[in-house]
Amino acid sequence: MTNSNPYSPHTDADRAAMLKRVGIKTVDELLTAIPKDALRPKLGLPGGMAEIEVQTHLEALAAQNRPAGAGPFFIGGPVQRRYIPAAVPVLALRGEFLTAYTPYQPEVSQGTLQAVFEYQSLMSEVLAMDVVNSSMYDGSTAVAEAAFMAVRATGRKKVVVAREVFYQFRHTLRTYARGPGLEVLEVPTRDLVANAEGAACLIVQHPDSFGALVDVRPIAQAAHAAGGLCVQVTEPHANALLEPPGALGVDIAVGEGQPLGIPMSLGGPHLGIFAAREALVRQMPGRLVGETKDARGTRGFVNTLQTREQHIRREKATSNICTNEALAAITAATYLALMGPTGLRAAARTGVAKAHALAARLAAIPGCAIALDGPFFDRFQLRTPLPGRDLKHALAKVNVLVDDGLHHEERDGIVIQCTEMTSDSDADALVSAVERITAGAREAVTAR
Amino acid sequence: MTAIRTQVVPESGVKTALPALEPLLSEIHQAGRAGRHVRGGEDADALIPKEFRRRASLDLPEISEPQVVRHFTHLAQLNYAVDTGMYPLGSCTMKYNPKVNDRIASLAGFADIHPRQDDDTIQGALRLLFELEQLLVKLTGMDAATLQPAAGAHAEFTALLVFKAYHSKRGDGAKRHRVIVPDTAHGTNPASAAMCGFEVTTVKSDANGNIDLASLKAALGDDVVGLMLTNPNTLGLFEELGFDCIHINVHKTFSTPHGAGGPGAGPLCVKAKLEPFLPHPRIIRDTDGSYRRGPMPPDSIGRVRSFFGNFGVLVRAYTYMRTLGEEGLAEASNDAILAANYLLAQLRDSYDVAFDRPCMHEFVLSASRQRRQGVSALDVAKALIDEGFHPPTVYFPLVVPESLMIEPTETEPRETLDAFAAAMIRIAERAKTDSASVKAAPLHAPLARLDEVSAARYPKLKWQRPT
Repeated sequence: MTNSNPYSPHTDADRAAMLKRVGIKTVDELLTAIPKDALRPKLGLPGGMAEIEVQTHLEALAAQNRPAGAGPFFIGGPVQRRYIPAAVPVLALRGEFLTAYTPYQPEVSQGTLQAVFEYQSLMSEVLAMDVVNSSMYDGSTAVAEAAFMAVRATGRKKVVVAREVFYQFRHTLRTYARGPGLEVLEVPTRDLVANAEGAACLIVQHPDSFGALVDVRPIAQAAHAAGGLCVQVTEPHANALLEPPGALGVDIAVGEGQPLGIPMSLGGPHLGIFAAREALVRQMPGRLVGETKDARGTRGFVNTLQTREQHIRREKATSNICTNEALAAITAATYLALMGPTGLRAAARTGVAKAHALAARLAAIPGCAIALDGPFFDRFQLRTPLPGRDLKHALAKVNVLVDDGLHHEERDGIVIQCTEMTSDSDADALVSAVERITAGAREAVTAR
Repeated sequence: MTAIRTQVVPESGVKTALPALEPLLSEIHQAGRAGRHVRGGEDADALIPKEFRRRASLDLPEISEPQVVRHFTHLAQLNYAVDTGMYPLGSCTMKYNPKVNDRIASLAGFADIHPRQDDDTIQGALRLLFELEQLLVKLTGMDAATLQPAAGAHAEFTALLVFKAYHSKRGDGAKRHRVIVPDTAHGTNPASAAMCGFEVTTVKSDANGNIDLASLKAALGDDVVGLMLTNPNTLGLFEELGFDCIHINVHKTFSTPHGAGGPGAGPLCVKAKLEPFLPHPRIIRDTDGSYRRGPMPPDSIGRVRSFFGNFGVLVRAYTYMRTLGEEGLAEASNDAILAANYLLAQLRDSYDVAFDRPCMHEFVLSASRQRRQGVSALDVAKALIDEGFHPPTVYFPLVVPESLMIEPTETEPRETLDAFAAAMIRIAERAKTDSASVKAAPLHAPLARLDEVSAARYPKLKWQRPT
């Protein structure tokens, strides 16, 4: 018999010897607990493939997708097309990181533990926050966990979230809130302060989902004055240039860490950033790596404050999270180590500069205007003479990809994200396509 | 630069080389060394109003690329991993992670696509996900699946939200507030129930390691939301049951790498009656053969994460399932069960067996006998490190004292299984004759045992800023 599992090391002689040692003739003798009619069912799954066949099959599927790099690309939001230094995947995808488990045995897991400790340290510096955990699933579940943590810390059951928080994050928060039955109130950012009374937390995003800069300090002050906490949804690159959450009076900072060297991969696996003030550390969800010493007095690292976690506290744990996104945290650590402060600033600045240059050109097109009252960062919403959705589809027809409204009930338009990957020719292509399409739309209106 | 370290093995006086440790990035930092991976945008600061600009310092370390590469390479070398050796961690299924899966997940057509792209620009990805759902539905005998949960615990939470929505729809959501879990359950089970606002009722196991049916019957009532079970259970034993909802950790069964703690993916398969409540968005195949993300169904629990799953992980799982096919998957299960029973047969004389019956893919030993000789399950685990193996899971499940939970998987060659058994037997012998040497382990790992108590008492969760 040849192996149907190409990764099996067992020859028929091996199997025969193993059966003999167990004292049986076939494995079926071990399966007596399984009812006969449930044993070895025919499932109707396809037959196996050789590696070369599976590679070819999946390359064909991959070829049916339009990669971001295949033309002008301005979609962004929580997931961004950022430059990934060549060394990042080489390091983060090393087998010793990739194929290790959670570091339950610290003596043989120092690579993971130190790399995650470095992630916590680097991210803490970026956010100017005291404590960063070793990751949540993504930005949206980090927001939901932040709300749960504020509920634990305050004993209140209402959370107030700004409508300009990424809609994916708001929707996930709504779903999570159904679990313990929390009240979630969505209000415009400008109304957060007026709704602080009785809230476990105010959740604000800066820069917001449309790219606008938000004055977080008065929101944090209002939350504190009302006995609640302030949660800021942030973006890693923005912190290179903007005053970070820790300097704005924020208690919990959360966000999507994908832009830190992690591929977009259709939305996952990504990195939920979760940071808090030191006073709140024992309410935090997720794993934390701490420094300690071994029996010989040598510095080492371990998972710590584990009495918060489900494997110790079960139903009294701060969260149910077990498997997290550790590899993404390690990836982010390699990214930040390679980029350094200069590289991180350069990437952030380039996005800002390109967004502002592009905004000026697009706003000069008749019928188009920037749909923001104040300053913005590296993305912006453009109000256009035709519905955002129609313009988005018309642009896609000429291979220019943009996003339309971000599920905000009152605002329509297209949203343009720039990063260091936005080229001048991409920008030219977008401007001329918008000119052409909106001119056509205006003529159609005039003709009518 | 790292110094060569040695240590003297106490009992023999032999000098042993220890793997070099790495300094922290903050200790490698030298101002002016940062790399040049990206440049430009120098005039951008003026575009940001002064009151918003960062005034806090940004003291990230500055390190050249060659140093960063060596740093993380050296760190990687301090790790034990499936790629370096047998990793028999019970309940974790540390089987070999095929390399072709990783290569395929990193193809630009999969890695460089944005979840907000229109459906017609990601047809291949949607088809892959749709087909993976079908494969899992067929495999589990269920009717529908969602691929969204990022991990097992996330899948449990999603399932309980689905149950909650189902009961609410039937009008008895208000009175149902208890979730039943066996005492052998993983800690995520009760924690997920608590996150859903439910009470947890724990049910004992019987003498055979199954859920005790009398206790279960006593625990049931019209205030029960549902019953959460692992099958084969966390003792590696099979229980006969009819499920409404099943989740699978593809980072276990379907060979996707654990990534030092994650990412995983925990697809959830359900019977038809629960399908309307599954998370949004669902993938739909249209009559013309094209695929799209459907609108939010009225009874859906909504979104459980930003986008629809850990796609990069799911691509790997799909690749694995297509590579093995039905026969290969059956063979893998067969071999996993055989390997576990083969190891059990070799170890049953040296350790106590928690439940003496044929096991499935894993089994639980107890070091109670060794405990009486002064050696705990943890000591056995640390001694295995010196023998060149990753330890099994210790102290879980909680119902077995001094438990050692062993899962060899189907991808360890017989000679490796034999070597592992021999190492376990040697340790059992040493426990009888020289328990002090077992308690001193590990002596050959990068570090000796770590002080976890001080770590928790005086938490140091980040480095000091580079100076």
